Amino acid sequence: MAEITINGKKYKVEDNITVLEACRKIGIDIPTLCYDDRLEPHAACRLCLVEIVGRGKLETSCSLKVRDGMIIETHSERVIRARKDILNLLFSNHPNDCLTCDKSGDCKLQDYCFEYGIEMGSYVGEKKNYPIDDSNPFYTYDPNKCILCGKCVRVCSELQCTDAIGLENRGFNTKVVTPFDMGLATSKCVSCGNCVAACPVGALMPKKKEKYRYWEINKVRTTCSYCGVGCQMELLVKGNKVVGVEPYKGKANNGLLCVKGRFAYSFINHPDRLKTPLIKKNGKFEEASWDEAYRLIVNKVKEIKGQYGPEAFAGLTSARCTNEENYLFQKLFRAVIGTNNVDHCARL
Amino acid sequence: MTNSIEEILDADAIFVIGSNTTENHPVIGTFMKRAVKNGAKLIVADPRRIELAEYADVFLQIKPGTNIALLNGMMNVIINNDLHDKKFIEERTENFEEFKEVIMDYTPDRVAEICGVKEEDIIKAALIYAKAERAGIYYAMGITQHTTGTHSVMSISNLSMLCGNIGKESAGVNPLRGQNNVQGACDMGGLPADLPGYQKVFNPEVQEKFERLWDTKIPSKAGLTIPEIFHAAEKGDIKFIYIMGENPMVSDPDINHVRKALTNLDFLVVQDIFLTETAELADVVLPAASFAEKDGTFTNTERRVQRVRKAINPLGDSKPDWQIIMELMNRLGCNKKYLHPSEIMEEIRTAVPQYGGITYHRIEEEGIQWPCPDINHPGTKYLHKDRIARGKGLFMAIDHRESAEVPDSEYPFILTTGRVLYHYHTRTMTGRVEGLNKLSPRSYVEINEVTANKLGISNGEKVRLTSRRGSIITWAKVTDIVDENVLFMPFHFAEGAANYLTNTKLDSIAKIPELKVAAVKMEKVGS
Amino acid sequence: MGNVTITIDGQKVTVPQDYYIIQAAKEIGIDIPALCYDPNLEVAGACRLCLVEVEGWRKLETSCSTKVREGMVIYTESERVVNMRKEILQLLLDNHPNDCLTCQKAGECLLQQYAYRYDVKFREHDGARRPNYVDTSSPYILKDDSKCILCGKCVRTCAQVHDRKVLAFAGRGFDTRIVADGDFTLEESSCVSCNRCVVVCPVGALVDRRLLGKTRVWDSQIKGVKCKACDYGCNFEVISKKGKNIAVRAKAPSQGRPLCLKGRLTTEFIYLDEPETPYKKVNGKFVEASWKEALELDGIFEKLVEEEKKGVGAE
Repeated sequence: MAEITINGKKYKVEDNITVLEACRKIGIDIPTLCYDDRLEPHAACRLCLVEIVGRGKLETSCSLKVRDGMIIETHSERVIRARKDILNLLFSNHPNDCLTCDKSGDCKLQDYCFEYGIEMGSYVGEKKNYPIDDSNPFYTYDPNKCILCGKCVRVCSELQCTDAIGLENRGFNTKVVTPFDMGLATSKCVSCGNCVAACPVGALMPKKKEKYRYWEINKVRTTCSYCGVGCQMELLVKGNKVVGVEPYKGKANNGLLCVKGRFAYSFINHPDRLKTPLIKKNGKFEEASWDEAYRLIVNKVKEIKGQYGPEAFAGLTSARCTNEENYLFQKLFRAVIGTNNVDHCARL
Repeated sequence: MTNSIEEILDADAIFVIGSNTTENHPVIGTFMKRAVKNGAKLIVADPRRIELAEYADVFLQIKPGTNIALLNGMMNVIINNDLHDKKFIEERTENFEEFKEVIMDYTPDRVAEICGVKEEDIIKAALIYAKAERAGIYYAMGITQHTTGTHSVMSISNLSMLCGNIGKESAGVNPLRGQNNVQGACDMGGLPADLPGYQKVFNPEVQEKFERLWDTKIPSKAGLTIPEIFHAAEKGDIKFIYIMGENPMVSDPDINHVRKALTNLDFLVVQDIFLTETAELADVVLPAASFAEKDGTFTNTERRVQRVRKAINPLGDSKPDWQIIMELMNRLGCNKKYLHPSEIMEEIRTAVPQYGGITYHRIEEEGIQWPCPDINHPGTKYLHKDRIARGKGLFMAIDHRESAEVPDSEYPFILTTGRVLYHYHTRTMTGRVEGLNKLSPRSYVEINEVTANKLGISNGEKVRLTSRRGSIITWAKVTDIVDENVLFMPFHFAEGAANYLTNTKLDSIAKIPELKVAAVKMEKVGS
Repeated sequence: MGNVTITIDGQKVTVPQDYYIIQAAKEIGIDIPALCYDPNLEVAGACRLCLVEVEGWRKLETSCSTKVREGMVIYTESERVVNMRKEILQLLLDNHPNDCLTCQKAGECLLQQYAYRYDVKFREHDGARRPNYVDTSSPYILKDDSKCILCGKCVRTCAQVHDRKVLAFAGRGFDTRIVADGDFTLEESSCVSCNRCVVVCPVGALVDRRLLGKTRVWDSQIKGVKCKACDYGCNFEVISKKGKNIAVRAKAPSQGRPLCLKGRLTTEFIYLDEPETPYKKVNGKFVEASWKEALELDGIFEKLVEEEKKGVGAE
């Protein structure tokens, strides 16, 4: 354990953690744009700067390990000034379009500019002017909004391990690119969208079918309904419609999703969804009420059971349905109809 | 899975056999690639040069249907190099000697011949696996969908026990379950011989327990599996089928046979979220709510029971499946009412010992891995920790056996089937997502360049594939992913469906069909 | 009164014959954009955004001021309508500061909402802009003329209270402004800080000063409460962030009541974790006041404190 002083208060913390981690544990909010606890520290955005008493220059707290006796100021005048300057520089080279930007409300740059009172970028000069990469069916990349935190590149490389994107060039001309800047469509990208989830600004954005602002939606945490990994995710809901999905950090998925979990949600509110019971009459389906459908089924069950006994029945339960539903389904067959002819597609 | 997903990161060696993990369990695939980056050794055995092969220390491109031979060959090398875990074998297993006798026949050179791989690669793979402190085996349908499926699984378990890789962290025998809740459907007794919690229907004590719980008599004779159900239906013995959330008209082998079975019924009820190919054949279709419209739980491949939460109201007049079944049960005379799925879970807790400690309250933040026998139990990260569940691990002496259908002069190619990243099962969901159809628009068959050249087939051309059961037209994808005599098709697509060709021959124990091996012929279709 | 049946965007609807088109549309869930319309205020027809196309009529009509007629066929999102709305929004944006980055109103601003809906963006231009005049004299209301779109809602709501009528239009054309009592600051004027004007302002021209900088709307939870200062119970909102109640704002007067500062301060006092110093206007100057003075509750103040201690949570 190390004893450290933060903003005049003494704390005992584990000694192998960073100053940023220590602050987060204690509950002190330090702004960061490039930090992600799943990734190696990168110290690119410089926003997490803190002042260490006895050291000349400010240090990035994400890459600085605590030491016994350390005296840290996280919100001193000098620190605040430095952060304001960084935000000012970033926003000076950022499109001023929060009016219609889809990231608005979920944008770290916006949050920190509000918190630190940066109303506009005051540095005048050349602004980035790149074409938007629209070639992937599920997301877009707008290099003009990119703040070069490198999170997308690191998620793609360190966590997703696809290595589809990298940083190219230096200084003002630095850009996140696919090999030879050929665009996402022809790259190794598997459309998992994990880079999109990591982007703190509006540079990497999911393509939307439905227009919505971030503040219009509710998030509901659930479990993905595709494969057996059981990734945790949040459904973004507007009205009675699922308009998006974001990954959630669960034990099995570490905050990652695949293309299906992340982007293949439009079946939920699809117009083809069955909305009423159907009964086949003369080879054609006709809409029916639940009561009619139930009555028909119950009559058939009684009729066939009476004539052929319970072994003439079989049920296919579903690996797509919940535990509770599977439990009830087999109970229906075993306890009510009276047969063990219940199976599901575990073998397919 | 005996072990947990996150444990993959700390493995010393990973052996992936019959699983195209990066496409079918993409997030688990990322864990494997990360483990390799961290220094883990990777062995991949698959008939196709899948993405993971690029990361592998050894890649064994085996002939479809030769898993057991390969596993036996590796074990032969391990025993002959004296690398087996004698202490573990002595203390925790039985029947080693009989097993060893069989294994001794599988010399690397013989196995290399059977599997169509290099002898030194078998040796290398065996040594990597045996020398690793913690080595996990990961497999999927490439192992199970064979007439020798159950035996292949036993072989995997043999290998794992041979090196003492059971009951420890970052090791184990890890089937990757395909569907979101296939684990849960099995746990809940969605099997003809198993009541919830794998309690056998023919066990009198079990029967008594459930008769008390449900307050009614229940049958003690094991029921029929799906393939048996369809056979019985075709014969006219089964009159009534109720299908909830499945689409056998695309997913099951030999679709012509499935159609005959389903149309021969007196009554077919299908409950689904879309009017699937199967629902088209129904007498009554019941509209179900999707996973976003109901509360409940799914159990993932690592046995973790996790919450599903209602985000929106059921569309139209659709209802959650549990509610539909409950209402039907009520009308059929079982008066038990559940106001919420959590009340069903309370009943499950009393019925299923492994779920005894699982409540909605406890899994609110993070799911719990069964076995979790009581309310204070933290759940189980990996199985067989101190002792193997059945007492002693049983070595099974298993011989390689050929697939039910092997290529001949009339049907010269082996067709194997599988899945792609961009689609899911029968595409009832993913087929309605524009972007996915853009990335993966249609059925195709992977053909080796040499084969394609011989037959004058070029990339994107239409080809006809014919087996003893059916014939389809699909599009050629010329590639080096498969060997010259092997063809691969994804089964997702209803148009050009691979399952018109596949073999319905079953594994005699698990009744799983041999979807991974069928003999076919191929010809170019003039446009 | 009789009913009429009309068709809006292909949907038939039957409504009372004195309905305006915008009301009829709302009945069937069609949201016609409008900046100056408020069902509780006199109709103004000022912003022109609610224009719709009526079959057989040559020009577009403002749906907030056009009554329904039997058999009318209306299009609320025809190409012509949408183009006109885009043009109106573009002109409004041309004369509006581009500071959604930090604007307090962001997330609740109708101009932002409609710009997003019709995909209209700020553009660079050299033309004149509204003068950047910000009235910071009141601790309760921040009046930023540069953001005003002259919808006049504030003037109309202020005029609804007989003895107030503080706000009014002044000047003409491009120089039109909203002023208090001729042209005084809010402090100098007869404004009683009831915040009715803040409630109806569709943009960031009139904002609750006591909320400023505390949170973005999307980062906070908002709960409606009834004022307990008098029996009428006007509607207020308690705003909380990270489990702490950080601000109170006016929402809507109760029937027959005007909203008042006393009520607002009472609500602050009851609900907020750390209520800020209250201010009272004394001889045309805002001065710090004690809570006892602010709430005009000499006798029962102690009782209130006790009540507060018992912990009255937001409903």
